[in-house]
Amino acid sequence: MTAMIAATALNKTYILHVQGGTQIPVLANASLAVEPGECVALHGPSGAGKSTLLRCLYGNCKPDSGSVTVQHDGGVVDIVTAAPHDILDVRRRSLGYVSQFLRVIPRVPALDVVAEPLRALGQPIETARIKAAELLARLNIPERLWKLAPATFSGGEQQRVNIARGFVAELPVLLLDEPTASLDAENRNVVASLIMEARARGAALVGVFHDEEVRHKVASRTISIQAGGVAGSAA
Amino acid sequence: MSEPLFRVANVTRYHGQRIGCRDVSFDLRPGEVVGIVGESGSGKTTLLDCLSGRLTPSSGTIEYLARDGTMVDVFGLPEARRRLLMRTEWGMVRQNPRDGLRMGVSAGANVGEPLMAVGARHYGAIRHEAETWLGRVEIANDRIDDAPSTFSGGMMQRLQIARNLVTKPRLVFMDEPTGGLDVSVQATLLDLLRGLVVDLGLAAVIVTHDLAVARLLTHRLMVMRQGSVVEEGLTDQVLDDPHHAYTQLLVSAVLQP
Repeated sequence: MTAMIAATALNKTYILHVQGGTQIPVLANASLAVEPGECVALHGPSGAGKSTLLRCLYGNCKPDSGSVTVQHDGGVVDIVTAAPHDILDVRRRSLGYVSQFLRVIPRVPALDVVAEPLRALGQPIETARIKAAELLARLNIPERLWKLAPATFSGGEQQRVNIARGFVAELPVLLLDEPTASLDAENRNVVASLIMEARARGAALVGVFHDEEVRHKVASRTISIQAGGVAGSAA
Repeated sequence: MSEPLFRVANVTRYHGQRIGCRDVSFDLRPGEVVGIVGESGSGKTTLLDCLSGRLTPSSGTIEYLARDGTMVDVFGLPEARRRLLMRTEWGMVRQNPRDGLRMGVSAGANVGEPLMAVGARHYGAIRHEAETWLGRVEIANDRIDDAPSTFSGGMMQRLQIARNLVTKPRLVFMDEPTGGLDVSVQATLLDLLRGLVVDLGLAAVIVTHDLAVARLLTHRLMVMRQGSVVEEGLTDQVLDDPHHAYTQLLVSAVLQP
């Protein structure tokens, strides 16, 4: 089978020019390949480079060398070398990212924040809102909040809005950075089901899950990350 | 993928002996929004003036794919054709709305005038279009006959945006569009701009020193320092993983509220 997303020999050292040129090596020769229906959990101590690896996969972190290939539009795009407009097209149609924090857009109601990825795919606003509403309901966001901008929501509510936004377009590759970090047990279960449904439809997922129970539930394998590289893989 | 709408190659502009901007090149596709960031004096406005046809570059070329499908050399055009192009296909939103509005005539006339300049003649239709646009930028209809001097700063800026977009330009230049407005008014304006850019499929070049504005509105960023572009790329990559020392300084200097 072909990998939906694959990282090959990624190296990344942060150079902090403002702090006397301090060098922080994070990734050394990191590689990984994820096939349809898989959910790969990145596991390791904090500071080991899990988020850096995820961000390299998404393209908002630029590795010093290596490649990140994503299946897109019947071909393969290398995120490391692709032009910005090509990366944006890959993100619109093939590659999603759910971070812990919602970047709030002033004044846009939660329902439309969630519907936006579908709008970007050209779906009519009514259809997009129906789908968005279903997900918000599943994630237990009370309907009275849907018309409000999420700026005033609690941390957990914002995170669930962000999760809904990440899952709504059913993209073929999803990157998850601690999607359950501040959720209660009930909502953690909802997120776990969303992940399992994504796997069932053949999506490839890569995630960081601090919650061990969630990780065991959703991951098809775990890759352990030690400072400076991807150490090993366990089923 | 679509052809570039705007193609900038090696644009350099001197002010006498001093450098304004140096060797700037980039392409812009329809619907693409590029941000130019950097502190005051870094050459952002000089570059924007060159790009928008107001200041002739000392060297380099700027090409634009006109509505009729021909790629034109903006500064190779006769003055009159360039002015026509700027009026009919481009927009320019200035930091100070007073520079972009006619302060002596009504809000409605400010929006209607550009339509007349591109050939609209029917008074009723112009008035109707002006009303529609004032609505889109959230200016109440009963203010249509008031002079902009009676408007707040945020309203004036929204009026300037309506004046610029009413002729359905394909490319819009913005110089610090939210500068000088208080934060709550900025949020409204940002949301409005963001919606308009998406709905109208506008290509835009936005100069700003506000990185949060850049993150919200732009797809790509160019970071300028002392007249040169020192770093460029996808907006979230430049802001989340800045490589150049100057970009790191800019990003780390932002106060997180």
